Amino acid sequence: MAKIPKKQLESLGGTIVHNLPFPLDTSPEALAWLKKMAPIQIEQPYSIVYLHSYAQDSPWFAGLTNKKILANRDPETGYTYATPRGHDMYTGDETDWIDITERKAAVHAFTVCHFGSESFLEETPYVLVLVEFEGVDTLLLSRLTGIDPEQANLDWIGMELKPQFLRNSKLKPTDVYFIPA
Amino acid sequence: MRPVYAISGGVSKFAKTRPDKNYQAVIKEAYDYAIDDLGLSFPAFTDNVDGSVASYFSDHFSRQLMAAIMAQDYLGLCPKPSHRVEGGGATGGLCFQEAWKSIASGHMDVVVAYGFETMSHVETWKGNEFIALASDVSFDYPVGGFYSGYYAMMVTRHMKEFGTTVEQMAHVSVKNHLNAFHNPYAQKRNRYTVQDVRDATMVAWPLTRLDICVMSDGAAATVLASEEGIRRLEKAGAKIPHPLVKVTGIGRGTDAMRMSDRPHVDYDNFIQNYATQQEKDSQETMKYYKELWDHGTRYPGIHSFRAGRTAGNMAYKHAAIQDPLTELDFIELHDAYTSSEIQTYEDLGLCRYGEGGPFAASGKAFLPNIEYGLDLTDEPICPVNPSGGLIACGHPVGATGLMQAVFAIWQLQGSIDKHFEDKTLQIKDARKGAIHSHAGTGTYVTVSVLEKE
Repeated sequence: MAKIPKKQLESLGGTIVHNLPFPLDTSPEALAWLKKMAPIQIEQPYSIVYLHSYAQDSPWFAGLTNKKILANRDPETGYTYATPRGHDMYTGDETDWIDITERKAAVHAFTVCHFGSESFLEETPYVLVLVEFEGVDTLLLSRLTGIDPEQANLDWIGMELKPQFLRNSKLKPTDVYFIPA
Repeated sequence: MRPVYAISGGVSKFAKTRPDKNYQAVIKEAYDYAIDDLGLSFPAFTDNVDGSVASYFSDHFSRQLMAAIMAQDYLGLCPKPSHRVEGGGATGGLCFQEAWKSIASGHMDVVVAYGFETMSHVETWKGNEFIALASDVSFDYPVGGFYSGYYAMMVTRHMKEFGTTVEQMAHVSVKNHLNAFHNPYAQKRNRYTVQDVRDATMVAWPLTRLDICVMSDGAAATVLASEEGIRRLEKAGAKIPHPLVKVTGIGRGTDAMRMSDRPHVDYDNFIQNYATQQEKDSQETMKYYKELWDHGTRYPGIHSFRAGRTAGNMAYKHAAIQDPLTELDFIELHDAYTSSEIQTYEDLGLCRYGEGGPFAASGKAFLPNIEYGLDLTDEPICPVNPSGGLIACGHPVGATGLMQAVFAIWQLQGSIDKHFEDKTLQIKDARKGAIHSHAGTGTYVTVSVLEKE
């Protein structure tokens, strides 16, 4: 049975106030009273648009737009990163791009987010997965759909996956997501 | 390096919100308490302190760049030297160690480390967004950035790999909340059962609201000094409890911000680079680990905190600790999640990797004089989070690691009764303790060992 909430949801916003209670005189007694005042709290909006560069990782996003999952590989050792990385952390060498779209993929770990950051609250519940690819040394964080989030269980780990791509790319890592294979 | 002593501390009341005071005045609560506990006046302490280190995590929360200098001037510490440190959830632990460095190096003789966070200035889910911005904003945050989700993924892997259960995790929540029942500084002082923890609202499967710490406003401060600094303070009238509390071990470690990038090393690499000396010295443990690896375990993957193991090994070596479980009288560790306390038991060598779940439910990390209402199989050996930890005390990020230091100082000074007006949490004959501070999914971790001389 669904839980019955005991609290009203809190939110900002409210009445616009143009004056506040204050002593009618500034006698020492009245000024001493000011130390017993409750604090005044105001809203201070703040927003900003960043011009964010994907820089050397840009081809990965271009790949998703074209339904390809790229990975980075050290040219000498072959150590392969599912999440893009311009330089290998062991050799320090610049990495190369490879295509891993057709590689076998599986759930390495997962969770179902029933809450989230403000930006994602409307999308709850959503399933986060760390995806492992055959022959790739590191993982990729992604979303899993096509599965009932209320039925979370450890047997999901190891589940084979196949990638899906947004038809209308948003140039975000969520341009690719996964469903059970 | 010179000996460094942790001589005093103070903690503000941690609360959901502190609109009654600005952050400078909340820091001053903790700062004044630390000075008062030394028996010094504000001007006398100001005359004798050489400098400070400030700790806070997020400019987003405060919406005030260079907030630390405004605390420095409010505390009357200008023009003395100071700097701010930041390293996510480990900010307080890093701050403590920066103060230690200033003294150990001979640069200063008396240093105050203070930290704060004001998380109530935004709504809870916006606050979660700010915290999630401490993950890769190109590849992690846009997928559904949520720290509880990140830690939940880590623990699903831990559960799958090692058989850890949600009931074992709930034991941590019951323990820490009930410990905090006796700590007046704690934000949440409640008595829960394992069933209460499991019945609480699900946040990120399998973590419920009672597996997770809350956001807080609060501050903490500690005073560290050299032998010369102590002489100077005592000459000025300070009453410093003897025997002194000495900082005997310092360790730090790091790992990749993106969990996905962390290595999955083989058995030989693990034994050579990460196993504790105690583990290496045990044929039985080596055989246990070989079997784990034969079944597919790799290290650290996402189930373990390599930074925590590195910091622990470094601090134990510095403090000449061979067997932390029996040599440490208590540990205050970073339990932002019940799961991360279990993972940290393993990192800190209180048990072997894979055995954190049974260890949590065994009773070894509980206090001996509290009735938890649990069926525990073992006697307490090394109480973990006797204060109630982050889960119950709250987690005003920049203050948390320093709060741990203050509670550790009071444990070792034997003054818990004086500060809590309740002696329940005082560990009998406490001589050696560790504090452990941890940032986002194990990126920065500090371990410091404190010891009564």
